[in-house]
Amino acid sequence: MSDHIAKLAPVGEPLLSVRSLSVEFGRGEGAFRAVKNISFDVQPGKTLAVVGESGSGKSVTSLAIMRLTDYTGGRITTGEVIFRPSKGETLDLVTAPDNRLRAIRGNDIAMIFQEPMTSLNPVFTIGNQIAETLTLHEGLNARDALSRAKALLQKVRLPDAATLLDRYPHQLSGGMRQRVMIAMALACNPKLLIADEPTTALDVTIQAQILNIIRDLQQEMGTAVIFITHDMGVVAEMADDVVVMWKGEKVEEAPVRQIFAAPEHPYTRALLSAVPRLGSMTGQPLPKRTPVMVIEDGAPKQIGDTHIQDTADYTRPPILEVEKLTTRFDVGKTFFGRVTHKVHAVEEVSFEIFPGETLALVGESGSGKSTIGRTLQQLIEPTSGTVRFNGRDMGSMNPADRRKLKQEIQYIFQDPFASLDPRHTIGFSIAEPIVVHSLLDDRKAIDRRVQELLEQVGLLPQHAKRYPHEFSGGQRQRVCIARALASNPKLIIADESVSALDVSIQAQIVNLLMELQQQKQLSYLFITHDMAVVEKISHRVAVMYLGQIVEIGTRQAVFENPQHSYTRKLLAAVPIADPARERAKRLIEGEIPSAVRAVGQEPLVHRIREVEPGHWVAIEAEALRGAA
Amino acid sequence: MAGFILKRLLQAIFVVLVVTLIVAFAIRLSGDPAIMLTGAGSITEQDLQNIRNALGLNRPFLVQYLGFLHGIVVGDFGRSFMGGTPVSALIAKALPATLLLAFTSLIASILLSVPLGILAAVNRGRWPDQLVRILSLVGLSFPNFWLAIMLVLFFSIQLGVLPPSGMEGPASFVMPALTMAIILTATNVRLVRTAMLETLSQQYIMVARSKGLKDWVVLYKHALRNSAIPLVTYIGLQFGGLIGSIVIVERVFNWPGMGTLAFDAISGRDYPVLQGTITVLALFIVLINLLVDIAYGLIDPRIRTE
Repeated sequence: MSDHIAKLAPVGEPLLSVRSLSVEFGRGEGAFRAVKNISFDVQPGKTLAVVGESGSGKSVTSLAIMRLTDYTGGRITTGEVIFRPSKGETLDLVTAPDNRLRAIRGNDIAMIFQEPMTSLNPVFTIGNQIAETLTLHEGLNARDALSRAKALLQKVRLPDAATLLDRYPHQLSGGMRQRVMIAMALACNPKLLIADEPTTALDVTIQAQILNIIRDLQQEMGTAVIFITHDMGVVAEMADDVVVMWKGEKVEEAPVRQIFAAPEHPYTRALLSAVPRLGSMTGQPLPKRTPVMVIEDGAPKQIGDTHIQDTADYTRPPILEVEKLTTRFDVGKTFFGRVTHKVHAVEEVSFEIFPGETLALVGESGSGKSTIGRTLQQLIEPTSGTVRFNGRDMGSMNPADRRKLKQEIQYIFQDPFASLDPRHTIGFSIAEPIVVHSLLDDRKAIDRRVQELLEQVGLLPQHAKRYPHEFSGGQRQRVCIARALASNPKLIIADESVSALDVSIQAQIVNLLMELQQQKQLSYLFITHDMAVVEKISHRVAVMYLGQIVEIGTRQAVFENPQHSYTRKLLAAVPIADPARERAKRLIEGEIPSAVRAVGQEPLVHRIREVEPGHWVAIEAEALRGAA
Repeated sequence: MAGFILKRLLQAIFVVLVVTLIVAFAIRLSGDPAIMLTGAGSITEQDLQNIRNALGLNRPFLVQYLGFLHGIVVGDFGRSFMGGTPVSALIAKALPATLLLAFTSLIASILLSVPLGILAAVNRGRWPDQLVRILSLVGLSFPNFWLAIMLVLFFSIQLGVLPPSGMEGPASFVMPALTMAIILTATNVRLVRTAMLETLSQQYIMVARSKGLKDWVVLYKHALRNSAIPLVTYIGLQFGGLIGSIVIVERVFNWPGMGTLAFDAISGRDYPVLQGTITVLALFIVLINLLVDIAYGLIDPRIRTE
């Protein structure tokens, strides 16, 4: 077989050829084929993106290349992985002896994983972990290995590399850890780098930095990259060639421009149609619901209709008014329990939400957006400030009114699995708010209401008797929406509610939320970091940075005429799902600063000015503006 | 790290104070030591008064407690009611024997349970795992005194290779230590297995493998240290239970340690000896747990820099 390939491609032969690779988990009747007959080539120095949604087998494929599936209970049942480490030398990694394979792992082929928070060993120093690879494969002594490690840290643009060597992973932010991971992977100048969702868990501005580093180093070192991702924006930015995977199979393979311009397989077409594209709403003042393409029985089908979301009613008084809301948490205490540091999670934030309106609260981790949501849900007591719901001050409400408020403001969380009790049927979970708030007392009436709610969110009445684990992620989020609707709320806080979902599912859930808004005149506080989704769903947008709103206005104003440097930075960092677009040489540098401050060091609360009617921007210091 | 240790040290001192207070107080709860000592009825009130005076029992409780604390500091626990030997001398003789037994069995158990636990975790669900789990269950099911007696029956009476009791040379050491080690290993091996399974599912283990490290380096360097925290915690907690088992095991093997000393003191109502042994054992448990806390910091940098 390998001879045959060599004959086919005498010049410019691929660095890696995967042929008819299948991976199976479990044995006998319970056996599950995660990857089915996959074949693709990786050319030296080029980037191949393997795209797919959850369960597509893309991550298993990435592990199988170095036979790391052996450690996860997987077996490679068919196929070969031909690797050509140098001219004329070929090696089938599937059948290679263990010691040969170990000499290749980390040396000729290296890997970067998704979760930077857990991919470094917490008990060893950064220097130690990078040096380990070098002593192993290049036989360096400890001192030389550490000085090489330092050079590598500089290469991934980490400041203060020398001190970082002695640091432990928990002392670094996610973005810094992922750079360390890249430094570690590139330590022995690998010919192939496998990157499995390396930026998925990172904030968008940090993602942009990491992608830049990978791209630059790849060019500098001539490394080939297999980039595993679910994000079509990242694909468009990074890939030369694309393999699309679906349910364990390769459904399409083509150069990146061709995939985006003329997708052939129905699944690829559905996937691309579901991807929210930043800039797609330019020129349109209101959010718009558009049909979603789904695959049914192998054929693409459009579901839903086009509808302008003209639900927001600005003639009535706002349903929610937040004024100078401040929330701080004590951290850092002295030996005697005196507070030395506080997290300034939210600082003097003011906004309002009108009936039928969606206000998006966008920001990166630590911006305080989730704290606001939790404060409104009365899970956190604010430090100061007022919250008025329907004109009534939350702070002066009696316990009964506060309970009533919990009925009128509902929450949808990010992780639909963690927010449903696994030991109760979903019918029970949906009925709970009805029972708690004594909305109905007759068992039959409650059951009827639960069935009605399930139908409203696109599930079947008989689903009520099932348990959460019997549903897919998208269905579970529908269950959570049904539960949120159960108490007839006026306002729903959706905290990253669609962030963890596959894009095709995400598009459907976004449509569902918009449909429900139209039917029930619901208001949403849509908390997210995803600018593309924000553009699609929201009437107005508030951009948060370090606990303060730096820009607030209509979606059109904020997206088409961003004024604050941070808003611009955020928009520029979003990967655009369009490979034909010029790759802007963006200069997004720097970490997101910490909101932890010493007691007495109050943050400067920015004043806000109105740049156009309803569009407010925080006034920046000139120096800051220049730097950003 | 210094602040961390200081904090734990202050906590330990507080614990010691509470423990000694309970020890000093609890013994009074069981009745008037003078009556208990002489056996009620056959003695006049004047005699009792004399005994109380002689033993210092009619001083106010606080004075007695402070005297007791002072005794701990200078190493004077009074004299035994039986024969008048200083308690500190009795403890000085018994303590090394017990510590030797405790630490040998603990170390033996760690040396056994770590490789076995790792073996079970790596082969989860396959026969080595099943075997280790069955053996551990068997070990857990034995009462310690029964196990001790069975060992004596087998090694001393049936085979005649080991002395059945006493402390004479290394051979007499094998069975008491083995009994303790089996009991400890039965629980520790499960703990190692569970902790390793948790650690092995972490991303950084896959990262270590993707670097090309050998399996044993991944397991014993990368995984073991991360699994050590629950193990070390448990060993600290186990130490209290260990002392409890030692009393029984020492009794069966007639091992001249703290357990035997305490046991005899209880039977003979020898309060000074009882108070002394319990206090010293309690101090040791506190000390071990302090060492465990410090070990945390050494193992896990996240705790150190907290």
